[in-house]
Amino acid sequence: MAEHVDLEKRRQAVYGWLLLSPAAILLTLFALYPSVATFWSSLFSRGTRRRPSEFVGIENYADLFADPTFWKVVGNNLVYAGVTIPMSIAIALAMALWANSRIPARGFVRTAYFTPTVLPMIAAANLWLFFYTPGLGVLDQIGSLFGLPSVNWLGQPETALWAVIIVTIWKEAGFFMIFYLAALQTIPEDLKEASDIEGASRWTYTRRIVLPLLMPTTLFIMVNALINSVKLIDHLFILTKGGPNDASKLILYYIWEMAFAFFDAPHAAAMTILVLVVLGIVAGIKFSYLDKRTHYQ
Amino acid sequence: MNAFFRRIEMFGALLLAVIWISPLLFAFWAAFHTTSDAVNFNVAAPWTLDNFRTAWAGAPWLRYFLNTFVLVTVILAGQFVVTTLAGFAFAKVRFPGRDLVFILVLMQLFILPEVLIVENYAMVSRLGLFDTIPGVGMPYMASAFGIFLMRQAFKGVPIELHEAARVEGCGWFGILWRVYVPLARPTYLAYALVSVSTHWNNFLWPLIVTNSPDTRPLTVGLSIFGAPENGVDISVISAATMMSIAPLLVAFLVFQRQFVQAFLRAGIK
Repeated sequence: MAEHVDLEKRRQAVYGWLLLSPAAILLTLFALYPSVATFWSSLFSRGTRRRPSEFVGIENYADLFADPTFWKVVGNNLVYAGVTIPMSIAIALAMALWANSRIPARGFVRTAYFTPTVLPMIAAANLWLFFYTPGLGVLDQIGSLFGLPSVNWLGQPETALWAVIIVTIWKEAGFFMIFYLAALQTIPEDLKEASDIEGASRWTYTRRIVLPLLMPTTLFIMVNALINSVKLIDHLFILTKGGPNDASKLILYYIWEMAFAFFDAPHAAAMTILVLVVLGIVAGIKFSYLDKRTHYQ
Repeated sequence: MNAFFRRIEMFGALLLAVIWISPLLFAFWAAFHTTSDAVNFNVAAPWTLDNFRTAWAGAPWLRYFLNTFVLVTVILAGQFVVTTLAGFAFAKVRFPGRDLVFILVLMQLFILPEVLIVENYAMVSRLGLFDTIPGVGMPYMASAFGIFLMRQAFKGVPIELHEAARVEGCGWFGILWRVYVPLARPTYLAYALVSVSTHWNNFLWPLIVTNSPDTRPLTVGLSIFGAPENGVDISVISAATMMSIAPLLVAFLVFQRQFVQAFLRAGIK
């Protein structure tokens, strides 16, 4: 009997690993190995024809820390994250509360909110180009109605990053709305009835009952929004290319530029590792802290 | 007082909806008008298809459509196979190291393929897949997200069904194929919608690994077409944008409920 159990155990182990092997191979090739290789290559100098690449330790990192553009880009990305995350969450929440309440044309409202989510970022950027173009763009036309001067929204350092931020918020708020909508529909009706009986206003009900119940959803969305603030950079290629004067350059775009425009793979690798460290910390917080406090997973 | 606030809220909801949809509506309108009419907001201007003719002639769109279609299909097929097998292993097979490996897989939710572009590019070149559609698709096939979804779906299948199939003489693969896969249909549908819309829209990675019109997907083609050095005017860009988003947008508007459900199912579980 014990032998039989042992055999079954061993068979399960073999099956398990066989079933897993395609995923394991692909993940090794495209996640595990590249992460290690990125770290390794971040420790070597960039090879040229005269001077082959050699081990330089943390010099690439030191270069980055001494590079004002790097800090500029980090600062930009912090602003980008610091504005897009709360703004898109707040708008998503408002959208969900509205789309969930009895309003006229609810179907249209929901569709309008969600549609940007299914568009490619590149297409979204093209649509917004129409708004931002100086002189001809919609914003300038509206401004000129009120006698405001023409503004080159994408071409001046003060506004370029903000123009990019607005497109991101426009793109992701509707997506986050969906999660709030789902959560709202799980809130039992009796809570609303109870608070009505107690004479609580709609505002009190929303603030004291709905918002706390939405907390797990908010945390989930926050992690997503944080990842998006690293990932969503496609529109830079259309709108600003990181300019003017690096004013709207974000980290992932800088990594791309470093590797594929300046052909400086070691510095791109060092920057990638820094991003991975930050994402790793986020992952650690999510898995250890947040998942213990949220209960629906 | 309360009614007054409700009225304001209703107005706010509608206003936000109009603002949110306006970039799309405006580009749609502009795509059917001459550039000078479009930038002057000439509402009475006649509609025209010239922008679409110009845009269509300006790039191999049919090829781009085909590439995107093939790319999305290849990725989805690969993901279905890989995530089904792995999800089943994590959900129903006991083997040593399972939990550790699962945590490693979950880490990939944060090690984004987008961030590893430099080394993934080197890997794809090493495998001889540079500028091929499998090369664009491969890094996404072992999606941690998909594995996680499938694991959750398979975990919900009652063990009695599993046992019954085994008594009937089904092997492991037979049980997976005849019991688990059919029961997980809603999850597959949800995952398919999310995957297709993600990869239809993906840009950065295809930009890096494709180098010719024969492999380039729509998004990359669109960005090249609209590049300022090409000097294309804004109505033509709008027409090209409309063209490239039309299939997904129409599909979304028709299957809106399913789309929303899909994103929900994929996100919440």
